[in-house]
Amino acid sequence: MPLLQVNNLSVSFDQYGRGLERFVTTPIRSLSIEIGKGEILAVVGASGSGKSLLAHAIMGILPANAIVGGEIKFKGNLIDERSIKKYRGKQIAFIPQSVNYLDPSMKVKNQVRIGLPGIKSERIEKQEHLFEKFGLKKSDGDLYPFELSGGMMRRVLFTTSMISPDTELVIADEPTPGIHRSALDLVLNQLKTIADSGIGVMLITHDIISALKIADRVSVFKDGCTVDDIPASFFSADGESLENEYTRMLWKSLPEHSFMEAI
Amino acid sequence: MNKTFVFIVNKILRCLLLLFGVSLLAFTLLKLSPVDPVLASVNYDPNLTVEQYERIAEYYGLNKPEPVQYLSWLRNFLSGDMGMSLLHREPVADVIRQKAWASAALMGFSWVVSGLLGFLLGSVAAFRRGRLWDGIIKWLSYLQVTVPTFWIGLIFLLFFSVYLGWFPIGISVPIGRLVSDTSLIERFHHLVLPALTLSLLGIANVTLHTREKMIDVLNSEYVLFAKARGESDFQIFINHGIRNAVVPAITIHFTYFGELFGGSVLAEEVFSYPGLGATLTEAGLKGDTPLLLGITVIAAIFVFLGNTIADILNGLLNPALRSYPS
Repeated sequence: MPLLQVNNLSVSFDQYGRGLERFVTTPIRSLSIEIGKGEILAVVGASGSGKSLLAHAIMGILPANAIVGGEIKFKGNLIDERSIKKYRGKQIAFIPQSVNYLDPSMKVKNQVRIGLPGIKSERIEKQEHLFEKFGLKKSDGDLYPFELSGGMMRRVLFTTSMISPDTELVIADEPTPGIHRSALDLVLNQLKTIADSGIGVMLITHDIISALKIADRVSVFKDGCTVDDIPASFFSADGESLENEYTRMLWKSLPEHSFMEAI
Repeated sequence: MNKTFVFIVNKILRCLLLLFGVSLLAFTLLKLSPVDPVLASVNYDPNLTVEQYERIAEYYGLNKPEPVQYLSWLRNFLSGDMGMSLLHREPVADVIRQKAWASAALMGFSWVVSGLLGFLLGSVAAFRRGRLWDGIIKWLSYLQVTVPTFWIGLIFLLFFSVYLGWFPIGISVPIGRLVSDTSLIERFHHLVLPALTLSLLGIANVTLHTREKMIDVLNSEYVLFAKARGESDFQIFINHGIRNAVVPAITIHFTYFGELFGGSVLAEEVFSYPGLGATLTEAGLKGDTPLLLGITVIAAIFVFLGNTIADILNGLLNPALRSYPS
């Protein structure tokens, strides 16, 4: 049984336009993915293809006017906005994509400590240990989110997902843009280590090259639909083994490849 | 350091300008009113002769042209003399000192109660937005805003004092007893109803502002993330709600000092509570210029302080507005 299974997911928003005219937008039409234990699934696609919304739909943090269709199963159990509550922060961890996801008025060390188990001294010790593991200085903990550099912020967000010993699935929404090479490798290695310990990882990203270093499979999204789902090894050289046309275009459009020819 | 100095000088200059304007306006309005301060000072005694009238007017300097009267008040005020009250025949400073404590207790109590209740109600409404409790709290707030203080005071008197008999009808100590003979509990007992009335006036203001700010907080991405990390509504309130919504709530509550003072005038009048507000009304009705100007100036300083504290707090409590030495 797969760890996470998303079948034919759709997300629509009920909106009101000019003159209170009601209309519905459907940014996600039909997404299907599957992640097994210890597997890393890279989710790639252009901006607006529904990658982040998928993560939000799984975590049950869509806005109130969202209408969700299809099904999401965690270890065979159907989950919705209500039942996700018993998993999130425990079995399912979420790494968000920007600094806006940190409380602007709280020192980052205290934000990492929220949800850590144990008494205060244990929590402090655990947080300092996590900071060390991700190459953050002890004094970095005293900073407020707006004082963090891009790379530091990614690493802080990363530490927040490492707090529960029961984690079985990590959903990382764009954890890599804007970070330094060494920090990038650190984050990728960490995801790989997590996966090797039997945790499923969903890596949402723009950066296909980096993702391929660690991913087992790749799911390609376009305009709210899953268009391709293939092993990571299919992405090689000039993409001859990529059968889907959109996937091949996406691969070729990377600056490292025949980008100029594609134009 | 230099910045702080400029800030302080700027504030003091503004305050002085404000006090000058307020005192001049209050003086002008009082002189335009039909109340004759000489007659009022003898309680409209019909036996007052023309000579007596003139002698009283001369004694108080009321026979001089009005600009001269104002300037002599201003000169004395600047040298620290607030003048003599026509009604109390005591220095204005002494009258204010006697009444100020009763008013401070009333306003302080109401201010704290309305702030706490307002913040809690606003938070509940925000967490339950669009649902039943939100509707009830919003409806009550609008009702509070529209209903005048004195009317609420009268209803409270009717219900709690007359019908239920829980609280005394008025004044700050039991009737026929000296202030020095009353216990703290007795004084508190007399304070409850006026303070509740006054609190009620301030709750809606904080509630509605807190609700708006808290809804912004709850719609923020950091609260989404907090949810994704498994924080419950209560944890979100404790960890993120209070710290992000409390600064605007406190700020708005300090700027409310003006209405608080205005409300206390009405509440003190309804409950015959002998504080600055009731004294101010008396001074206005009987044309006691020095007393009225004295209390007006004190009130203006009080309101100015409230706004200044709000200003400073906003800078201190919001880390993003705080400047760091680089």
